[in-house]
Amino acid sequence: MGTAISTWRSKGLLGPRIRILEHEAPLGYLLLAPMLLLLVTFLAYPFLFGIWLSVTNAQIGDNGHFVGLGNYVFERGDTVFLQSFANTMYYTVVTTIAKLSLGLVMALLLNQVFPAQRFVRAALLLPFIIPSVLSTLAWRWMFDPTFSVVNWVSVHYLHLPAVNWLGTTNTALASMMVVNTWRGIPFFGISFLAGLQTIPVELYEAARVDGATRLQQFRTITLPMLRPILAVVLLLSTILTFGDFTLPYVLTNCAPYNSTCVLSTWAFQIGVNGGYIGIGAAISLVLFPLLTVIVAGVLIGLRSEN
Amino acid sequence: MAASRALIRRSQRYGKQKHEIGDTLLGRWFRVYIPVLIFIFITLFPFYWMAITSIKSDSELLDHTRNPMFVIQPTLQHYQALFTRTNFLHWTLNTAIVAVVSTSLSLFCSILAGYSLARLRYRGANAIGWGVFITYLVPPTLLFLPLALVINQLHLTNNLWSLILTYPTFLIPFCTWLLMGYFRGIPRELEEAALVDGATRLQAMVRIAIPLALPGILSAGMFAFTLSWNEFLYSLIFMSDTAMKTIPVGVTSELIRGDEFFWGQLMAAALLGSIPVALLYSFFVDYFVAGMTAGAVKG
Repeated sequence: MGTAISTWRSKGLLGPRIRILEHEAPLGYLLLAPMLLLLVTFLAYPFLFGIWLSVTNAQIGDNGHFVGLGNYVFERGDTVFLQSFANTMYYTVVTTIAKLSLGLVMALLLNQVFPAQRFVRAALLLPFIIPSVLSTLAWRWMFDPTFSVVNWVSVHYLHLPAVNWLGTTNTALASMMVVNTWRGIPFFGISFLAGLQTIPVELYEAARVDGATRLQQFRTITLPMLRPILAVVLLLSTILTFGDFTLPYVLTNCAPYNSTCVLSTWAFQIGVNGGYIGIGAAISLVLFPLLTVIVAGVLIGLRSEN
Repeated sequence: MAASRALIRRSQRYGKQKHEIGDTLLGRWFRVYIPVLIFIFITLFPFYWMAITSIKSDSELLDHTRNPMFVIQPTLQHYQALFTRTNFLHWTLNTAIVAVVSTSLSLFCSILAGYSLARLRYRGANAIGWGVFITYLVPPTLLFLPLALVINQLHLTNNLWSLILTYPTFLIPFCTWLLMGYFRGIPRELEEAALVDGATRLQAMVRIAIPLALPGILSAGMFAFTLSWNEFLYSLIFMSDTAMKTIPVGVTSELIRGDEFFWGQLMAAALLGSIPVALLYSFFVDYFVAGMTAGAVKG
């Protein structure tokens, strides 16, 4: 076959079309074209458009005009916005710590030898796979104050008073965190497990010969070896939690009295339900500088390790 | 399968700690078995709760004197209502069409882009590679308002194309990043040998690199399919017509009317809507895990 092609080529039968593709640059750009077309139209353009919207007083059906930083200044005096901001931070920090520590426990367990291991691993990943709208609905029903299971257990077995979980601000926020943690643990767990499996077992054997306890082995071998993975997982999870819309929307949708809003659901309330697109765009853009700081922080952390 | 076998072999060589000397059976119960059982219980209980709720009659659901953990007279009335009185079948079909088409579109773009960025040398390749990684970090929450206006300008509201074209914005960056890693792992020599034999670059890509990257493509495809099946925000905003909704949006907007929750139907729909991804996942767990951890391990 090779000789056939080279004879065609010497006869000039394989024309310039193919020779152009032999140069790497044109082919390289050509292969990028479909991706760039989609990303520019539906990601870069809306992003820039969103920045423009955030400095206008656009409403549904009205393109609005330039108001400078008016929307941002206005939001600084909006108590719901301030509360949403605080809730977003609180939600992200608490759930990330919870997912990190429980995910580590899960990974250490899955790294042990026990029966039905494959089944257990598959089962523990389920919350991460299932549509979060659907699993969050199940949790919402579990938190129902009168007819459901959480209060039934706490009243009948633990003899505690019934709690209106999603009806008061603090318990509603706590419920959001519980559900987010439940859903997010597998991602941390499975990623850490992949990290654990790259640690050569000889390291532990050597440590054991030297008489290191299990805790010492964990502190001096396991944790340091997991650090690079930790950074990446932390980065992805923080971004996902920070911009999480589905779970807060389905579980509480800001109730009671807009006290459990996060930035994404408040932007939705203002921009979609209220129709104030300009202000809504400004609220969701507040996420951006914060995300940039987090991403830069983790990336710099990674660099310095390498 | 090669990938999973390699994974198993690796896990036998590394990591797995053998039973230690002096490790008693009781110790193992406390250190391993009981914690594993607790994890399993917490993970699976909500699914049990979905299932048990979906087969309870309304009177049993609203009877707060009886233990809610069990069902006394199971019924399929909620499933029946879901299929006859709501558009659940439409929603399922919409979700499936959108997930399949947007996944294929994303894979097509990502395979080409991933190959180009990992293999070909030209100016700007590195910068574009990092650009893709950064778009991977832009959440849909940041884009939904302007995107809604763009979709409106294109007259795509209530049209499945609005979702098919916007889902790739979060699928492509992930898939491209994953596939770049796979393409880099394929020895250059294989393609160079083909080039020496007179194949063109394009032929080398299609006949050699892409078949070898198949496990990666499968991982990326599984992940993309799951993400599109589960997507909520864009579909909530772009689809208002009841027959055009996807499962997550249809369920939340039509089975919750005002303050009234149809819990039986909601849980039946939640269970049915989870089955396709759960099935897919159960057949390809290893590819899924590989996709999930690729970003983390390669860093």
